[in-house]
Amino acid sequence: MRLTCPHCGPRDRREFYYYGASEYLNRPGPEAAPDAWDSYLHLRDNPAGVTQDLWYHEQGCTAWLKVTRNTVTHEILAVEAVAGGTK
Amino acid sequence: MRYSGLRVITEGLFGNRGWRPAWRDPAPKAEYDAIIIGGGGHGLSTAYYLARNHGLTNVAVLEKGYLGSGNIGRNTTIVRANYFLPGNSEFYSHSLKLWEKLELELNYNVMHSQRGLINLFHSDGQRDAFARRGNAMINQGDDAILLDRDGVRDLLPYLDFDNTRFPIYGGLLHPRGGTARHDAVAWGYARAADKRGVDLIQNCEVTGIDVQNGRVTGVQTTRGAIRAKKVGIVVAGRSSQVAAMAGLRLPIESHILQAFVTEGLKPVIDHVISFGMGHFYISQSDKGGLVFGGDLDFYASYAARGNLPMVEHVMEAGMTLMPMIGRARVLRSWGGIMDMSPDGSPIIDKTPVDGLYIDCGWNYGGFKAVPASGWCMAHLMATGESHEVARRFRLNRFATGHLLDEEGTGSQHNLH
Repeated sequence: MRLTCPHCGPRDRREFYYYGASEYLNRPGPEAAPDAWDSYLHLRDNPAGVTQDLWYHEQGCTAWLKVTRNTVTHEILAVEAVAGGTK
Repeated sequence: MRYSGLRVITEGLFGNRGWRPAWRDPAPKAEYDAIIIGGGGHGLSTAYYLARNHGLTNVAVLEKGYLGSGNIGRNTTIVRANYFLPGNSEFYSHSLKLWEKLELELNYNVMHSQRGLINLFHSDGQRDAFARRGNAMINQGDDAILLDRDGVRDLLPYLDFDNTRFPIYGGLLHPRGGTARHDAVAWGYARAADKRGVDLIQNCEVTGIDVQNGRVTGVQTTRGAIRAKKVGIVVAGRSSQVAAMAGLRLPIESHILQAFVTEGLKPVIDHVISFGMGHFYISQSDKGGLVFGGDLDFYASYAARGNLPMVEHVMEAGMTLMPMIGRARVLRSWGGIMDMSPDGSPIIDKTPVDGLYIDCGWNYGGFKAVPASGWCMAHLMATGESHEVARRFRLNRFATGHLLDEEGTGSQHNLH
């Protein structure tokens, strides 16, 4: 499996650290109810099919990436930098 | 039909013409007292114990493929009770006791082999942690022996003891740990449940869960609608999809775990050996194949196959630990879909929908739990109360903070 980093180009899976579902980008506000935090931290759609998750280019440019991919086929559909920029 | 040695001999003498199918192939009825979704190890054992312990025999197991076609049909077959935390310790201890009587109980040879499990340690700190774990196991009533380096060398002389990064300091031996024949466990429970009247319905995929006024009323399947007031979801890696049919989101992320088998070799590895620091564990099957695996690939996946970096990592760890296996040829590998919970421990609990129960979150350790998981899930479905040894496997424990983090690594999906 290879991810195409927007900054570095196609790179081997070993350069990346998987963090989890892209829900981690939607952090609840400080006034949010406990349920919102439970949902944010623990509950997952966990789809069999297209999903979006966060990967960290640990052994490359150290950018956080939002990856759109298929969990059934391992096909990578899109990679974009969380801080902006698409390739 | 009762199985026995005499029966095998008699059938052998008369051309094996007397064997009959081990279970029926019934069509689904319109209604059952209870439905179990999922005909794997946990689902089949739940059905069996519903009948055996609670007299509930008007029960159906619905399986979308064939019985035992999921993780119970492909795993590394380790059976052990070496947990530390209250909540896990008594549960796995109960499971191991059930394993020890399983063949008599089911009248089925599950080839349970208590060959001993050895967890290696590689530093003073790890020795202390393992001594503490061993004490917890003994306090639970199970067995543990702390081996020093020479003690491990006596049992496993072929290991590389002087590896620079991970020199072997010793190991924690769990003599009652071992392996079992994974398929036979599913078949044994299936046959025993069928014999007590449970309908095992294959090629029957659940496509919807019917809920009215907050109560479950039945399921929709590819073989028609089936009514039931109690429904149990026991579908491992597919838990999120099935629970979503009832509008639930679970604290589960499905990951791949790869494992490998070599060609058959003469007996060489007598125990189950776990090399945690290298992410590697190995045993030898009765057919002679070396059965081994490592850690997760570490990304959410339903592909049932992994990527090559983890293959390389597992092979490297194996060669680091026991260079003698370098000439063995790998025959096959596979990737199982693991229902990972944030803290690495399972869930056996009610759901917010009345009459709907869930048994999931077995991470990469569900096989050894098959007997106790079924026992406790059956208890929950029959009585409405958690069984004593599974009382901490709560669905809402991540929200309430009552975690069961055996590894001590945190409560987050990518940490276990």
